[in-house]
Amino acid sequence: MPHRKPPTDQPAQQSEPGDAAEWRRELELPSERGASRLITEDLLEQLGVHGWSPSDIFAIHLAAEEAIVNAIVHGNKLDPGKVVRVACVVSPTVARIEVADEGSGFDPSSVPDCRLEDRLDAPNGRGVMLMRTFMTRIEYNASGNRVLMEKQRQPAEG
Amino acid sequence: MATHRRIDVSKLGDVTIVRFLDKKILDEAGILELGAELFGLVELENRKSLLLNFAGVEFLSSAALGKLITLDRKVKSNKGRMKMSNIRPEILEVFQITKLNKIFDIRKDEAEAISAFA
Repeated sequence: MPHRKPPTDQPAQQSEPGDAAEWRRELELPSERGASRLITEDLLEQLGVHGWSPSDIFAIHLAAEEAIVNAIVHGNKLDPGKVVRVACVVSPTVARIEVADEGSGFDPSSVPDCRLEDRLDAPNGRGVMLMRTFMTRIEYNASGNRVLMEKQRQPAEG
Repeated sequence: MATHRRIDVSKLGDVTIVRFLDKKILDEAGILELGAELFGLVELENRKSLLLNFAGVEFLSSAALGKLITLDRKVKSNKGRMKMSNIRPEILEVFQITKLNKIFDIRKDEAEAISAFA
């Protein structure tokens, strides 16, 4: 049996290109502007490590950013007493991101379609739609303060 | 002329060319500052022909889209014109998904955008 490094508490951190191991990370973010980078930097790195294409990485980054900003700003309303919980899983075939806030939630179906003619120039209301478009699946819990997003990797063309 | 931290502003003839200094436009504080600098070009300096050159911009969030939409409104209500150029494919896709390509005048590169002002 080949010699292996002893296991650590974060074995997924040792993933290398081509390694099929999943990377998992859960953490709590403070409800302050800019806090998303505490997770997105590692997430982007791990998507690259697991072989995701630049355009998929862009899509997942955008969805994660929108979900976390929504949770911090609209969910927790920047309340320093509340946190946003983020859980990520990245494998070569699936990227899954769950974002939960401590706010009262919202009804995602109540967000007007920003593509309607009379809404085209409204400055807000595009985040959820971009999340839906760029991810394979997105689901909110019943109260609307937790969202689970998943992207499945498309097989390479050709 | 105002000092800018988020944009680089130059002029070619009557056209004001704006380039973005951040590769990723996502930090909320940065977006607020970016908005204020862009709006100042219209509201304080009364610039009528604006070209936003997105060369080097790799990422922008929906909050940044909001600022671009508000800027577009301000330019139009000031009887000015705004065009965009050098948008990378992923960001162009964001504009297409949100149908913002219907309200923004998007050109391939700076030369094409400049000639479209004529």
